[in-house]
Amino acid sequence: MEAVLFFLAAIGALGGAIGVVAMRNPFYSVLALIVHLFSLAVLFLLLSSAFIAAAQVVVYAGAVMVLYVFVVAYVGGEESAWEPIPGQQLIAPLLGIAIFIELAVAVLSSSLLALGTDGPDVKPGFGDPAAIGHLLLERFLVPFEASSILLLLAAVGAIVLAGRQAVGGAPGAGSPGAPREREPGDPAPGAPTTGAPVR
Amino acid sequence: MSIEWYIVLSSLLFATGAMGILIRRSPVVILLCLELMLNAGNLALVAFSRMVGNQQGQIFALVVMVVAACEVVVGLGLIVAIFRRKLPLDVDELRELRG
Repeated sequence: MEAVLFFLAAIGALGGAIGVVAMRNPFYSVLALIVHLFSLAVLFLLLSSAFIAAAQVVVYAGAVMVLYVFVVAYVGGEESAWEPIPGQQLIAPLLGIAIFIELAVAVLSSSLLALGTDGPDVKPGFGDPAAIGHLLLERFLVPFEASSILLLLAAVGAIVLAGRQAVGGAPGAGSPGAPREREPGDPAPGAPTTGAPVR
Repeated sequence: MSIEWYIVLSSLLFATGAMGILIRRSPVVILLCLELMLNAGNLALVAFSRMVGNQQGQIFALVVMVVAACEVVVGLGLIVAIFRRKLPLDVDELRELRG
């Protein structure tokens, strides 16, 4: 039963990953990534880490993917089949296979004897929210706080980067994201259109 | 299932993500492939935590999730800013730092 579930989830994860790479339309890539993330959540459950699986579904497949879907719907666009480096579509899979072979050699030649086992028997509470919470708030309190500061900084950075400048004399000199930005729709006669494409 | 299977699957996923970063040119899809690689790392972390039998690897995986969320937020903010300036959304076109 466990093997069947593992192989089903593995096929889902791998198929989702290949779908992300192969789909021309970015929207389909995002949908393939959602399949991949759900399959990974099943794999985490098989590894008896319930909290990580729940966080994966809620944070990744829920919040992050919604962000992706919105941005893809806003930006949109399929990429052209133009190939700037000759043979890029041919060399890149070869390099990917080379990375896989390297990782496989590293795994197989490692002297970790427990790799071939199912891992030790664990208590029923292994990886449930209570255990993770204990560990997170007692032993790993400093990384926990550091990651919360990181989240705050990322939120502020995203607002600075993507925020719409107030039209007409906003004190934008202090913001490092857009020193001389002009809104594309901003009527500015005579001014050079900095928003125009370079090429 | 032995832990080895999970590690091999994780390295396959990592290689797929790396290949995607090399092939694709849209910044959004490159971010998606970065997610693939981070998730492959997460899978390896959780598998090793199961192998050792303690939960510290899972804490590590949680922190990786937080870092991935931050990377997504900043990356998507950059993509939206690039799109607003009507620059081409193509990493080969965007090789000059001059805005």
